[in-house]
Amino acid sequence: MLNGVMQSRLRGLIILALILMVLPVFFGNPFHYELATQVAIIAATVVGLNLLVGFAGQISLGHAGFFGLGAYFTGIATGTYGWSSVPALMAGAIAVGIVAWIVGRPILRLKGHYLSMATLAVGFIIAIILNNERAITGGPDGMSVPAFEIFGWELSSFGRYSLFGLDISGVQAWYMFASVVLLVAVWFALNLIESPIGRALRSVHGSEVAASVVGVNTAKYKSLVFVISAIYASVMGSLYAHFQGFITPAVASFEFSILFITMVVLGGMGSTFGVILGAVVLKLLPQVLADFQELETVMFGLILMLTMIFMPKGLLPTLTAVVYKRRRRKAGGTA
Amino acid sequence: MLSEFLQYLFTGITIGATYALIALGFTLIYNSSHVINFAQGEFLMIGGMATVSMAAMGVPMVLAIVLAIILAGVLGIALQRFAIAPAKQADVVTLIIITIGASIFIRGIAQLVWGKEYHVMPNFSTNEPIEVFGAVLNSQSLWVLGVGAVLVVALVLFFTKTLIGKAILATSMNKEAARLVGIRTQMVLMLAFMLSALLGSVAGIVVAPITFTSYDIGIILGLKGFVAAAIGGLGSGVGAVVGGLLLGIVEAMSAGYISSDYKDAVAFSMILLVLFFMPRGLFGAKIVERV
Amino acid sequence: MLKTMMRRAGKCAAVAAAALMMMSVQAAEPIKIGSFLSVTGPASFLGDPELKTLEMYIEKINEEGGVLGRQLELIHYDDVGNASSARNFASRLIRSDQVDIIVGGSTTGATMAAAPLIEQAQVPFISLAGAVVITTPVKKWVFKTPQSDRMAAERILSDMKDRGITKIGLISGTGGFGSSGRTQTLEVAGLLGIEVLADVTYSGSDTDMTAQLTNIRNTKGIEAVLNFGFGQGPAIVTRNYAQLGMGLPFYQSHGVASDSFLELAGSSAEGLRLPASPLLVPDSLPDSDPQKAVVQNYKSEYEARWGSKVSTFGAYAYDGLMLAVRAIETAGSTEPEAVREALENIKGYVGVTGEFNMSPNDHNGLSADSFRILEVQNGEWKLIN
Repeated sequence: MLNGVMQSRLRGLIILALILMVLPVFFGNPFHYELATQVAIIAATVVGLNLLVGFAGQISLGHAGFFGLGAYFTGIATGTYGWSSVPALMAGAIAVGIVAWIVGRPILRLKGHYLSMATLAVGFIIAIILNNERAITGGPDGMSVPAFEIFGWELSSFGRYSLFGLDISGVQAWYMFASVVLLVAVWFALNLIESPIGRALRSVHGSEVAASVVGVNTAKYKSLVFVISAIYASVMGSLYAHFQGFITPAVASFEFSILFITMVVLGGMGSTFGVILGAVVLKLLPQVLADFQELETVMFGLILMLTMIFMPKGLLPTLTAVVYKRRRRKAGGTA
Repeated sequence: MLSEFLQYLFTGITIGATYALIALGFTLIYNSSHVINFAQGEFLMIGGMATVSMAAMGVPMVLAIVLAIILAGVLGIALQRFAIAPAKQADVVTLIIITIGASIFIRGIAQLVWGKEYHVMPNFSTNEPIEVFGAVLNSQSLWVLGVGAVLVVALVLFFTKTLIGKAILATSMNKEAARLVGIRTQMVLMLAFMLSALLGSVAGIVVAPITFTSYDIGIILGLKGFVAAAIGGLGSGVGAVVGGLLLGIVEAMSAGYISSDYKDAVAFSMILLVLFFMPRGLFGAKIVERV
Repeated sequence: MLKTMMRRAGKCAAVAAAALMMMSVQAAEPIKIGSFLSVTGPASFLGDPELKTLEMYIEKINEEGGVLGRQLELIHYDDVGNASSARNFASRLIRSDQVDIIVGGSTTGATMAAAPLIEQAQVPFISLAGAVVITTPVKKWVFKTPQSDRMAAERILSDMKDRGITKIGLISGTGGFGSSGRTQTLEVAGLLGIEVLADVTYSGSDTDMTAQLTNIRNTKGIEAVLNFGFGQGPAIVTRNYAQLGMGLPFYQSHGVASDSFLELAGSSAEGLRLPASPLLVPDSLPDSDPQKAVVQNYKSEYEARWGSKVSTFGAYAYDGLMLAVRAIETAGSTEPEAVREALENIKGYVGVTGEFNMSPNDHNGLSADSFRILEVQNGEWKLIN
């Protein structure tokens, strides 16, 4: 039993790793690497958010707030105060974790839409602070962020590196780095889901009352997963800031929060690989639609609406269900 | 001192009345279908933009207003029929995303048809502001308040005195039971969406002379309406009205007395505070969770 | 209504025709002009006229035989006013489309987000955004056509000083434009010895600024009020200002220097002053003014083509495009370093916005007096000085 779970977890991870390795074959130019890097970072954020939404059943409409806090913590610590990237990232994650824990305790007592409302308010407050504290954050015009640096070695998307004697560009190096980060993020999430904590969480999702009756401390687990998903967002925000080299308060905006939650729902709530697909689709769609100019907004809205109406469970769960059904029909036919 | 306070109060009540109307729209839909309709702000936009554009084509103002309201109503029905109804088994979050998709879609169409510019709508009556104890009041504010009050009274009468209103209420309380007593719940849902769209469009029209109107005015006003509905307690009509007015007044007071930079942050902190102490909003019903 | 739709259909046909023509003229490689603008979203009133201007003049230049015998090709993306997408589209322009020069960046945020990347990629970039940080300190590959917000602040505050005003109230938007303008105003005010007694803000989505203005009204000693912001916000501020009967001299920034602002603000705008390019008052310029012909041409061509009023913002794109064309002609090729150097040495180019004199230390090339002070009189712009 345990072995089977391990295997299926590993299988998904290996498939993802293979896809990440093969993907560059289709990349025509550095811009594609750049997009893929962003998608990987955003996808990892959404994997974290999915723990909260998909498994604990709590909807956050303010997650970009934590993403933005991480990004700005890194930007300010490395840019203004000359910290090294890794300590900045870690300190940021701890700070955001503490913030999430403090606001999470009272917020998570709320139910359904009130919880969404409260997370929305928290996200808004963070965005407003980032926008208004011009002396520290540079205000609405944003601030630049130095390249990612570890032990004096810099990972810049403009650099040139050599790996096993191969000459690779900065964007390629970033792509590899982001791929590894995504794999680690997914690995951690999958492990968490299968751990006792994960089981407790799913019981919370199923029925909070039932869970607390059988002795699950629902409040504790809910705030734990809230903190974990906020830390995911903070770490990815830090990496995003380094990669982009420039951040504005838009990284903490309500629109961005909505984008995150949409990725989760579109890809398939509760499916770790599904939400990655959601991130890929929603991040690439604007690039594809950019050629339609004025029709872009209309088409984006229409696609979003139709997908959700006809695939309410999300892309990946619906697709796998279709494949499964077909396979069963085939099996039935031959028998 | 008094004039200053009155000034902030007038500003707050006017915008608060608009929030209240939007919040009522949220409440109507929430009660009948448990959907949080993020496209609510778009009804408001349709009301204002359709009126302005028809008036510009030479349609008399009153007719333009009526047509705009009808257009919004039809749109409300269409939203329920073509976007919400087909996704029956969907999760609550999925429905929210559908309404977000719908709002982006409607906004996109509006932008194609009406362009991106801001438009002016003239005041319904005089342009001369009214002076009260040293504070000035835009005459249009009275229209906003008056129309808002009339709509609220009309809604109350509708739900307590008419058969259709009672049917909507019954459906919102227990869908299965309502169906058993012969209420066509699908019709009732469409009706709720239509009513909500009517409310939104009227709000959009009366407030347009104060705020101007454009294809994207619905985003922020819709969001504020949601906030107002949540403060008041989702599903409560009284809550929607109180929540709207409260939000408007707090915004204006904090812009005046505390910090204009942080006035929105003050409003959002207030929401957190309300929810901490009253987890179901000010007037939210205490519903026993069914296990 | 119908008219706009007909016009749109006509536009589509024109674009299609242009596309067909472009296909037939595939003689030499076209020169690729990249652009990312905020055509939709909150800054669309900047991006929309900018894109229209680029489209029509690139068409026109192509009809007249192109540049260096080569056709121009416009590759454009809409950044929706979002800095991250601006950066991504800049990257796409450089890395995927491999453009020769970039003319774009409607807002300061968009420009600044894309600038580090453009610097690294070494592609000449002419920004259409206002803040002084874009070209101060000088970035090797970044140029800009609008006057900086600092110049606007200087022009406004010295006009106030000329009228004997030394104590003012400031209201500004919290967006990039208003926020940077506020900072510059506070700095310049310090230098000119003007006291800012009240300093309040409003956000771009606010629908009523009466509370903020009341705050200013109740501050003792204020002799004039300045609003730094763009979009519909300043129009609401103007109307609230009139309703409150503030009665003090009222100034706005160049962020609202367009006829559509007058339409929105209506009679409440009466008497307000702002710094603007002469585009709003082409006929009041003396015939000796070298800008007069340029300005009149741009205005009549734009209005004939699009059936809508010109705005100062479209003119930034006009100047950006013309500077790019001139630089490519001078350089004799699209070799980036040569174009950059040519741009840097443009002298005496008379554009719609002003006369550009670039130098290695000045990648904007305009002086503060390219701004004219205008006043609204009887619902129209009047040239004051």
